[in-house]
Amino acid sequence: MALTQSKLDATEARLAVLAPGGGAAWMQAARDDATSRLRAMGLPGARDEYWKYTSPASLIAPVAPKAALFASDNVPLFDQIDRLKIVFVDGVFDADASDDLTLAGIEIDRLEAAAAADIHWAKDLYGVLETRGQSPVQRPLAALNTGFATDGITIRVTGKAAKPVSLIYQHKSESSDAILHHVIRVEEGAELTLLENGPAAARFNKVLEVDVADRARFNHIRAQGRDHERQAVTHIFARLGTESQFKSFTLTVNGKLTRNEAVIELTGDDASAHVAGAAVGDGDFHHDDTVFITHDALNCESRQVFKKVLRNGATGVFQGKILVKDGAQKTDGYQISQSLLLDGDSQFLAKPELEIYADDVICSHGSTSGAIDEEALFYLRSRGVPEGPATDLLVLAFLAEAIDEIADPTIADDILARLEGWLIRRRG
Amino acid sequence: MLNINNLHVKLEEEDKQILKGVNLEVATGQVHAIMGPNGSGKSTLSYVLSGKDGYEVTDGSATLDGEDILDMEPEERAAAGLFLAFQYPVEIPGVGNMTFLRTAVNSQRKARGQDEMSAADFLKLIRAKAKDLKIDAEMLKRPVNVGFSGGEKKRNEILQMAMLEPKMCILDETDSGLDVDAMKLVSEGVNALRDAGRSFLVITHYQRLLDHIKPDVVHIMADGRIVKTGGPELALEVETNGYADILAEVA
Repeated sequence: MALTQSKLDATEARLAVLAPGGGAAWMQAARDDATSRLRAMGLPGARDEYWKYTSPASLIAPVAPKAALFASDNVPLFDQIDRLKIVFVDGVFDADASDDLTLAGIEIDRLEAAAAADIHWAKDLYGVLETRGQSPVQRPLAALNTGFATDGITIRVTGKAAKPVSLIYQHKSESSDAILHHVIRVEEGAELTLLENGPAAARFNKVLEVDVADRARFNHIRAQGRDHERQAVTHIFARLGTESQFKSFTLTVNGKLTRNEAVIELTGDDASAHVAGAAVGDGDFHHDDTVFITHDALNCESRQVFKKVLRNGATGVFQGKILVKDGAQKTDGYQISQSLLLDGDSQFLAKPELEIYADDVICSHGSTSGAIDEEALFYLRSRGVPEGPATDLLVLAFLAEAIDEIADPTIADDILARLEGWLIRRRG
Repeated sequence: MLNINNLHVKLEEEDKQILKGVNLEVATGQVHAIMGPNGSGKSTLSYVLSGKDGYEVTDGSATLDGEDILDMEPEERAAAGLFLAFQYPVEIPGVGNMTFLRTAVNSQRKARGQDEMSAADFLKLIRAKAKDLKIDAEMLKRPVNVGFSGGEKKRNEILQMAMLEPKMCILDETDSGLDVDAMKLVSEGVNALRDAGRSFLVITHYQRLLDHIKPDVVHIMADGRIVKTGGPELALEVETNGYADILAEVA
């Protein structure tokens, strides 16, 4: 179908201000392919079904809207964890602030270096998983990312990584517009924990392609920065091999606009994928979790657990799909999306979808939206817990199922403490 | 201890008067029982005293040790020493029983200007009290009342009472849903807390609970008022003859 003129114009206007990226022939080919795919599909518009609940306007605008820097006295998340730090400032790799990129069992390169090499393992993944993830639903902002990413990291894990790799995204310029693309391959039987945190930029477009080979494990914990005005669109494209495990948890606190897409394909038997998120928003906050999990093998398990706490007119969106392909028998799919609306001004829009072509599967989904349970609140208060702390306790209880998806108890406790801090600050 | 004077209460949402002039005085160290047929206002009285939303006091007063409690928030009443053992204890998924109790104990201590109890002291105390009520470690770890049987929920109420050490305890149909053994266990828990400085108001339909928790005074409530007051023999009279005779007599 031909694109509308307005879509063509918007796409060309955006492309006009993007600088072509460098790299060896394979990288050029991947970028050119992505750019032509983007031209064919056009950038998302308000009338697109997949963008019905989230306006893409500020994400596709040629110039990123400014975002004020947010000063916080808090010790950054993950500071108590021994990890290999890789720092990006406004989307640019900062070698001085980063650790030495060598770690037993891991091969790490800056994307620029990988792209310049004639032969590099990332060639088989860069833009490849992203392309696979464009069907049946188009994700133009991910294609844009593949075409024009300015930085990123490639990680290949061959054993059990000695410590987590931590990507730290600092935001220091009010008008930064960052496009990062990371490629990760966890080889057969290998294991990696990836941590990500920080606001990154005024506007942030990030793609993470993760290939999890047979019997490999990938564990991902991410916290999106507290800057009130930042905007972000992120995509995770993952492919899972036989008996592999994929776990991803995202904490989102504040941020004017966030769209997190996770596109996961279970291609080997007995694989497991868990995607979870806890988002808390106050006022000018729009958070969208869009998830697409494809079961294309036997006896795989997937879980989607998304919880949102919204107040003062904040908006939460969930679009989650489980697609069970013909022959993907013994699939166990679970999906829950819930919101807790702390006042009447906030809203939650959910579109849970199941599409099943196999006959021997268990799939369940649920979505709810509600206020604080008054009976429970009175019960707590009747025991002497004041209204504020009692409400906080119930909010944290609401988030518990998502937090439980974090495997590491130290990180889970830390995240809980930060959520509690957020709640206490809101009470003033 | 507890003084209720001419208390009139209506439902906030509808124009329905539930309490129509309740007068009640529970002296320090005493156990009073309130009996009465369904719909007489017994549970409403317990909710109004503990501060639940949805009720409007149209006249009268209620004081605890001389302090007007009706203007207090529920948490302030709790800190002042009032405790309601719920007829239907609320399930709170996601909040561990232990966390809940420690938060409650320390909130009350804080409100009274006392230091918070250390985690170690708290653990020691709760283990001892839980053991008396046959509440195992597993039950303490589970979310508040979630998946508890009727008897476990009531025992959990008594555990909270034991931990919070209130001076005025209101038990709202604590015997409902309990088998004989569970009733005995719960009653023992209550009796262990009987003390010269602590008072009880036991709301019940049946005399059998009062075999275990012996009251000093028994009140009969009907149509929003206390219609008759007497000794423990009054409960036996209800058991034998039902409410009809008493109500006819006071009508």
